[in-house]
Amino acid sequence: MIEIKELHKYFGALHVLKGIDLNVKKGEVLSIIGASGSGKSTLLYCINGLEPIQQGEVKVDGVSVHAKDTDLNKLRTKMGMVFQQWNSFPHLSALENVALAPRIVKGKSKAESREIARAQLEHVGLSDKIDVYPSALSGGQQQRLAIARALAMEPEYMLFDEATSALDPELVGEVLDTMRLLAEEGMTMICVTHEMGFARDVSDRVAYFHQGVMEEIGPPEQIFGKPESAHTAKFLANVR
Amino acid sequence: MNFDYTFHWRPVIRKLPELLEASLVTLQISVLSMIIGIGIGLVLALLRMGGPKYLSWIATAWVETARNTPALFQLFFFSFGLGAFGLHLTPYLIVLAGLSFNNAGYLAENFRGGFQAVPDTQMRAARSLGMSTTQAYTRIIIPQVFRIVYHPMTNQLVWAVLMSSLAMIVGFRELAGETQAQAFKTFRIFEYFAVTALIYYVMVKMILGISRLLSWRLFRY
Repeated sequence: MIEIKELHKYFGALHVLKGIDLNVKKGEVLSIIGASGSGKSTLLYCINGLEPIQQGEVKVDGVSVHAKDTDLNKLRTKMGMVFQQWNSFPHLSALENVALAPRIVKGKSKAESREIARAQLEHVGLSDKIDVYPSALSGGQQQRLAIARALAMEPEYMLFDEATSALDPELVGEVLDTMRLLAEEGMTMICVTHEMGFARDVSDRVAYFHQGVMEEIGPPEQIFGKPESAHTAKFLANVR
Repeated sequence: MNFDYTFHWRPVIRKLPELLEASLVTLQISVLSMIIGIGIGLVLALLRMGGPKYLSWIATAWVETARNTPALFQLFFFSFGLGAFGLHLTPYLIVLAGLSFNNAGYLAENFRGGFQAVPDTQMRAARSLGMSTTQAYTRIIIPQVFRIVYHPMTNQLVWAVLMSSLAMIVGFRELAGETQAQAFKTFRIFEYFAVTALIYYVMVKMILGISRLLSWRLFRY
């Protein structure tokens, strides 16, 4: 379970997250929508400790992410992260991209980590790209590679930071399909997304962020059907 | 004007074994100065990118001096300069120190550019997988930097080989020094330096060729 309490985050004088309270249960799929600059992505970075916070607390399975004595490297293996700019490692083949972290972070043997990598590449539909370098992959394939790389750590949570925003329109579908697949398998997911169709169809809950505040959260039917907040209604009217 | 100089190549040919032996000295000291230069250059680059204020200032001064003053003067510093303070290095050490100092300065800037060319997001992606900072640097960042700086590094090695000819000024018998010593014994100065220039040319071409072969093996992406 991910528990976020009274979270405040500043970039210098800029107040980007203004007291976020949010719990995400095991097995839940949460989509976070909202305009650019509303703090959605920053929240993900705060959850896995890539960004420090100024106030409040984030707990993952009871462990406080920003506490001084927390072993962040260990905690991060529980949370896979997929970025907007897929960030594949260009100097490693697809297989090495996925096999590296299980071996050097989790200490698995070379053979075992390659086996895991093969399985995860198959999982995301890249079995035929095992020895290919990222430069020879399309954006959609690189993003699926990034998903496989995160899954190879056997995470309990997956954080998606606008995973399809940087993709050409015709490549969005294959990545969303992979994310759907994970949701069906019961993965706990927090997806910052601009894909309203995905948010509506796949999520258990949808949160709308507005200027650093979680304006509204609820089941997709509520958010997309009859939003309680005027801001949410206005945002959705604009993106439709 | 009448051209009445007769070329005599024989004395040079006879001394070719000595010249080739001296060219090995050139290669050895150049490569050694590169290895030292890479080590120091890496430290200088890291200090300039985010070291403590004073160390970063020293690193900047090093880089500025190495890149913006004549290499010959840098060599003088390690001979006459240190000599004025009563510190007398052997010719070999003077040349090694001078070349290493210069290499480190140039390489530091190459490395800094290389680090800046790798997007920050690579570090984030590595850390998000649970890698420590050290693992992220050694497995993800530095291999990419290495590729970016590989060809500039080859250039610097070529430059070090050519720059090492300055060693004859401080009396060190690498290729240029040996050539000078032999040339003035026989007064076949033009012939000696012509042959030596050719040896330098071949050495540089060999370095470039090996570097290219190696790059095909090293970089498969």
